[in-house]
Amino acid sequence: MRTDITAAPPPPVAAAATGRSRLAALWARPGVRLGLLVAVVAVLVAVYLFTAVPGSLSYALKIRGLSVIAMVVVAVAVGVSTVVFHTITQNRILTPSIMGFDAFYMLISTVIVFFLGSTAFLRADPVTLWLLQVSVMVAFSVFLFTWLFGGKRRSIHLMLLVGIVLGTFFRSLTEWMQRMLDPLDFQVLTDTAFASLTRPDETLLLLTGILVVLACLAIQPLLRTLDVLTLGEPTAVGLGVNHRRVIMALFAIVSVMVAASTALVGPILFFGLIVANLAYSYAGTFRHRWTLPTAALLGVVFLLGGQLLLERLFGFGGSLSMVIEFAGGLFFLYLVLRKGAR
Amino acid sequence: MTATVVATSTPTPTRPRRTWVGVLIGVSLVVLGAASLFIGVSDVSPAALLEGGADSTAAFLLAASRLPRTIAVLLVGASLGIAGLILQMLVRNKFVEPGTTGVTEFATLGMLVAIVLWPGMAVMGKMGVAAAFGLVGTWVFLRVVRAVPVRQLVLVPLVGIMLGGIVGAVTAFFAYRLDLLQSLSQWSQGSFATIMAGRYEYVWIAGIMVLVAWVAADRFSVIGMGEEFATNLGLNYRRVVAIGMVVVAVITAAVLVTAGMIPFLGLVVPNIVSLIIGDNVRRAIPWVAGLGAVFVLACDIVARTVRFPYEIPLSVIVGIVGAGLFLWLLLRKGSRAH
Repeated sequence: MRTDITAAPPPPVAAAATGRSRLAALWARPGVRLGLLVAVVAVLVAVYLFTAVPGSLSYALKIRGLSVIAMVVVAVAVGVSTVVFHTITQNRILTPSIMGFDAFYMLISTVIVFFLGSTAFLRADPVTLWLLQVSVMVAFSVFLFTWLFGGKRRSIHLMLLVGIVLGTFFRSLTEWMQRMLDPLDFQVLTDTAFASLTRPDETLLLLTGILVVLACLAIQPLLRTLDVLTLGEPTAVGLGVNHRRVIMALFAIVSVMVAASTALVGPILFFGLIVANLAYSYAGTFRHRWTLPTAALLGVVFLLGGQLLLERLFGFGGSLSMVIEFAGGLFFLYLVLRKGAR
Repeated sequence: MTATVVATSTPTPTRPRRTWVGVLIGVSLVVLGAASLFIGVSDVSPAALLEGGADSTAAFLLAASRLPRTIAVLLVGASLGIAGLILQMLVRNKFVEPGTTGVTEFATLGMLVAIVLWPGMAVMGKMGVAAAFGLVGTWVFLRVVRAVPVRQLVLVPLVGIMLGGIVGAVTAFFAYRLDLLQSLSQWSQGSFATIMAGRYEYVWIAGIMVLVAWVAADRFSVIGMGEEFATNLGLNYRRVVAIGMVVVAVITAAVLVTAGMIPFLGLVVPNIVSLIIGDNVRRAIPWVAGLGAVFVLACDIVARTVRFPYEIPLSVIVGIVGAGLFLWLLLRKGSRAH
């Protein structure tokens, strides 16, 4: 049963420049909108870096610079992976993390520590280890997705629920394994499992940054193919897309990005959902050339702006994830109920 | 599946097989219950009890810790199963339970409010506040679900989980602001590790609610047919729904105070029972209670022995087994529901 959610988005309204002011005509161009967003991000970064410096400027810049980079990496990973995921699965309310992806990443890290022991984990080259984690994740998630989305078309809602339950399942399994670890191993795992947005680990940040850049480069030649995929599978195949192979490749890229963002900040469930859906309406077009960067930039605006508001105005910097989760949950309910009421 | 509550689509199995399953549940209850009494770090074995008599350490441990724990496990398992069953009748959907409707999260918020506003309050009072919030949660969920078309089977628990997520975020935010995150994660972590005599008696209230559900069982069966049908049969629809809501909220709060959050139980047990004996609520209640008790008892014993002498939180074991079973139910039934 296919609902409205799974339907392909309507074509964007062409801007009729006649009879409109020049400003409106300008505003109708995706490039202009994107430019404005870039400007907003630049202003936010400047404000975040240079205002309310408590002590020495150079020290503050170093700390804050790192967290700005972390936010950018996470925003790009989450925004791009969610939009691509939406295109692949032909719906706009699923996100990789709602499908239990990040819980899965945690499970893999735990399993590795569990079977190698923390000494091996600590002595191992972090780059090798990180690559091991990511490659296991990619292999498994491609397998999972072919099983869930590859065969007959199941209802989107069913898939969602399956994803949520899988997430719980992975989380419980992770916790069980963590309980079975030595206290020392457990300590090592919790230390290495997460960096945070405001105090990112430099090696981890570098690795994830490189990975996200590589993933973006891999998507670059596929932009037009993605546009074709929006038209639905039969049309895409008719237009000469090797559907199965492209989808596999894209799933692999998405899981790399999810792994990257989870490694940096841990699970964020609804963030991608808000960013992607806002990006579609803000960009005014469904061409991935515009929606992908818009989603990424909106992600930066939300993370930086949210952190600024909470940190400087309200004085509680640590609660950004909860605020995003709350707003995102409401937004998600609105999406589901609005579609369901029809 | 929704409208067919009595005329079920699952064929009712033959009598001999049913009896056999019933006997199996009964025997497992006795065997596992006995095992639960004698598993633990200190030596409480039948031999030690006989040797030491009534005032030995073994006897004291049995009365103060092992017996309360076993009783609490049995009552929690039975009542959570019933809460799930009643909620499924109220919502007319097979895929709901307190944990997938936001009721548990509302009750947790209630606990937090009680702890913050009246720190010196007795546990009974905290449970009352949690139950009141749980009731609000049930009401909110029923309101929201009205906006969902009945045919969208799977959308209902989805909306419930999201509601729970939103309320959970609010709770986490306040707990974070008030430096209560640690204690919050302590209650929400379902476990029977800290149960002692004098600290578990609230769970009997959940047991009383099971009896209430049993007395009103036929009414819930009729409610499952829908409002018009129930009213035509001369039933006061609103009153029965209200009773159901109270039963669900009180059970959720009592379990939360005693053992924390236990996922998926109220969902999996009634579904399995409905596969065995069909969908008659009156007949299902003893089955659901029995199977729920066996389920939690088995999981609790695993949680205590798998890493002896340390314990693993019960919710972890239940989460793994329950999620697996739920996925199986979903992919089995969900494919037919659409």
